[in-house]
Amino acid sequence: MPETIILEVERFHPERDTEPSYQSFEVPLRADWMVLDALNHIKDQLDGTLAFRWSCRMGICGSCGMTVNGVPKLTCETMLMDYAPGPVRVGPLAHFPVIKDLVVELDDFLAKLQKVRPWIVRKDDYQPKREFIQSPAQLEAFHQFSLCINCTLCYAACPVSGLDANFLGPAAIALAHRYNLDSRDQASDDRLDIVSQHEGIWDCTVVGECTTVCPKGVDPSLAIQQFKLTATQEWFKSFLMPRGKN
Amino acid sequence: MPQYPQYQLKAYRPRMSAYWYLDQWHYLRYALRESSSFFVAWFCVVTLVQIAALSAGPTHYAHFQALMKYPAMIVINVVALGFFLLHAFTWFNLVPRVVVRQVLGKPTPNILSSAPNFMVWFGASVIVALFILGVF
Repeated sequence: MPETIILEVERFHPERDTEPSYQSFEVPLRADWMVLDALNHIKDQLDGTLAFRWSCRMGICGSCGMTVNGVPKLTCETMLMDYAPGPVRVGPLAHFPVIKDLVVELDDFLAKLQKVRPWIVRKDDYQPKREFIQSPAQLEAFHQFSLCINCTLCYAACPVSGLDANFLGPAAIALAHRYNLDSRDQASDDRLDIVSQHEGIWDCTVVGECTTVCPKGVDPSLAIQQFKLTATQEWFKSFLMPRGKN
Repeated sequence: MPQYPQYQLKAYRPRMSAYWYLDQWHYLRYALRESSSFFVAWFCVVTLVQIAALSAGPTHYAHFQALMKYPAMIVINVVALGFFLLHAFTWFNLVPRVVVRQVLGKPTPNILSSAPNFMVWFGASVIVALFILGVF
């Protein structure tokens, strides 16, 4: 087993460069290291100017998403050993503007996320005197979608997100679905109107990579297809019974 | 007081290559799946031409058969058949992505949603084959 491995890291300095380039670093190849550990080694020992995001180091915060050998990954749970003998190419998440090196701008994603109102919305004046009881079946309906950590790996894997900057995107739609399936929520019609626009669910061409790369086992592709089914049913209902809905 | 201009972020905005689908095998597989629709349309046109030739009389139908025997046409149809099968398999495999799969409140495996489609397809193919072989 080799003792070191080459990391080719994408570098971009906004005040100096017009486009990114790759810089190679030789790092120790340790059996217990993740790609994030190798990046931290570079920052601590080789080049302190390297910029990248990370926080929890256990696949919870969703900060350390990067492209490793062309595939979006959480670098804190991507074994360095899996890429031996190397080299390993690490870049920022695809389809996002790059601020510096491996750090991407998330403003557009956060605006899209806010648009679908990913929180529980009550339209009545419900004043809870005790906790809102949900059955295991009601919890199960939305549980997998609630595991989303907003790491945006699904946006980086989705070619539609890269081709159409207005596409609402997998995570935002999956979270809209999560709250629409929640028995405590009362804004499902509003969210359906938002995601049913052309830049929403109808932009999706079922590539399916959003589901493949999700590190938390969320299935955004399923959420989008189920939204398509619901939107179609609602359209037929409104067509057949135009006065049925206030 | 000096007036300092507000810092303007100069982010690099990457553009997707026109050949993005060649970057990874799963993107190429998706592109092949989508382009298979062209070959489905091709078979529809061939079938319409065949029906038109059949209704126009024996001479026209003989011309149609002669056209179909050209080596180039055979190659095109073999390629089209491959894409047609890819289209059908991927289409039926997408069924579990759309249908909410629950029986008595329990989620069911993907195969239970896609299998009936494959069975109907297989059954229809057997009936057509029996017609062609002159069993009926």
